[in-house]
Amino acid sequence: MFMFEKAVVGSKRYWAWVLSLCAVIGLGFLCYLLQLRDGLGITGMSRDVSWGLYIAQFTFFVGVAASAVMVVLPYYLHDYKAFGKITILGEFLAVSAVTMCMLFIFVDMGQPMRVMNVMLHPTPNSMMFWDMVSLSGYLVLNALISLIMLSAERKGVAPPKWIKPVILLSIPWAVSIHTVTAFLYNGLPGRAFWLTAILAPRFLASAFAAGPSLLILLAMVIRKLTWFNAGKEAIQKLALIVTYAMIINVFFILMEVFTALYSGIPEDAAHLRFLYTGLGGQAPLVPWMWTSSALALISLVLLIVPRYRHNEKILAVTCVAVFLSLWIDKGIGLIIGGFVPSPLEKVTSYVPTLPEITIIAAIWALGALMITVFYKIALSVRERLPEKAMAH
Amino acid sequence: MDRRKFLGIAAGASALAIAGSALPKVIGGGSEGGTEPSSAVRWAMVIDPSKCLKKDGCTACMDACDKIHNIPDFHDPKHEVKWIWKEPFENAFPEQENKFTAEKFKDKPFILLCNHCDNPPCVRVCPTQATWKREDGIVMMDWHRCIGCRYCMAACPYGSRSFNWLDPRTHIERMDPGFPTRTKGVVEKCTLCEERIARGEKPACVEACPEKAMVFGNLSDPKSEARQLLQERYSIRRKPELGTQPEVYYLID
Repeated sequence: MFMFEKAVVGSKRYWAWVLSLCAVIGLGFLCYLLQLRDGLGITGMSRDVSWGLYIAQFTFFVGVAASAVMVVLPYYLHDYKAFGKITILGEFLAVSAVTMCMLFIFVDMGQPMRVMNVMLHPTPNSMMFWDMVSLSGYLVLNALISLIMLSAERKGVAPPKWIKPVILLSIPWAVSIHTVTAFLYNGLPGRAFWLTAILAPRFLASAFAAGPSLLILLAMVIRKLTWFNAGKEAIQKLALIVTYAMIINVFFILMEVFTALYSGIPEDAAHLRFLYTGLGGQAPLVPWMWTSSALALISLVLLIVPRYRHNEKILAVTCVAVFLSLWIDKGIGLIIGGFVPSPLEKVTSYVPTLPEITIIAAIWALGALMITVFYKIALSVRERLPEKAMAH
Repeated sequence: MDRRKFLGIAAGASALAIAGSALPKVIGGGSEGGTEPSSAVRWAMVIDPSKCLKKDGCTACMDACDKIHNIPDFHDPKHEVKWIWKEPFENAFPEQENKFTAEKFKDKPFILLCNHCDNPPCVRVCPTQATWKREDGIVMMDWHRCIGCRYCMAACPYGSRSFNWLDPRTHIERMDPGFPTRTKGVVEKCTLCEERIARGEKPACVEACPEKAMVFGNLSDPKSEARQLLQERYSIRRKPELGTQPEVYYLID
């Protein structure tokens, strides 16, 4: 089955990594059984903060998934050859991230055994229905593309012609998954924090900064651990993409801040105040949000100054800073901040519980495991290529 | 296919996709204020807070609702399930903020419940049609279809929806076998006592109120008491600027 035999041979280090990921997944699964038995009450969520870190992680990883387009588009539309070696890494990252998204939605459901109701009673006026359509479509597209491209590579033949339009379709589709995910939030009348037309563009900007940052880090790790080298040019081009996306993302955030604070409309400013200064005596996210802001500013300097961007050691630190900054902004602040204060102006604290965090860690570990296995397969296929070429 | 040609097609396709997904929402949201109700029956509630506030600390309506609907009590505001409850005027009507609010309403508790909106955002967002608006205006819930995604709770601008974070059945003081209990993991809310309305009775809260501060009626009937009250006195609704067309009215003169 799909070259999986290549994933079961590996060094001691490989197995130690895989098994520790499996251990985290196992722990998370146990916690999920607890949640299944007792209900979502074992999480930190409440009547007023009715979505928490599960949905926030989902939102963040939709962005990571969509960012695959940042390697696919330059390679297939602009024939940018330097990305040829890493498009498959981008597509596998997309497959893993979309799977994580679906799991985050699944663990957030109160009645997971009824999940098929979404398909039994399709409801086009619900953005959640469209999110399901776009996410599952994106998963199928990327799984198909990576499978076909890798098989062709293994056989040493050109990929079939019909795959090209499928790849081209995956480009606007990537934009659609994050647009529809933004529509989940910004079409709700009572949530001032999300009720902004710039939410989808902002999601895309942060996605195109966080995703390629992760891809740079992955490429660096692979280069360190294996024979595979993505190439300096590819990494530098990705860094340039991160630079532009991060500038646009910070610009968009500042536009939000200006609109909310200068207009002086209390309900627009209240969410920002809760996040950045505290509200009603509660300030649980203040240190997080300022950390995110500081990391964003530092990373902007390190990205914009060419001397720093071209230094790969510094670039690695920068990519960690970008990823962390955006993870806090989108994977914590955006969702929690939208619920506090509530439409009745109540400030309710939300603190994730240990089982909740363990379940989240397990889904992260599963994503990491998928990446590990997929990349292992891809690299094993490529490792054998020179011999094959010689045999011909 | 060359690049330019593709870009054209891609742009067209995404525009179509976006338009296609937004269209139903726009169509679904086409309700206007001030027009006559279109159906023969349009149930609504008119509340007179001045009457309600006459008896300090009265909880008759809430008790009646809790009792007949098997509402659990978790003794924890985070897991609270409530169909009808009290909130200070300032929280019920945040946009009415005023340093000089009349003494009779300042910080005083107002009775809140599901507004059974004409244009309910909760119904618009539900991915399984587990919540829907009936012809007579009641916004209903199917507890057997709800998948517990809580999208409706994010969409409701009135905080009218509760989620069963834990098993409610073990937290019901006195079980009423005449009304279904719910399971953990589903959303619930006020149904305007549709089971009583079907029998020709008034909602339990209306009946229980010792001051007759709540008037339940058919707004499609110009001669109904509710309609007459709205004609004679000045009423406000919660967050009317959101276009949800709430059907719970508060008489404030």
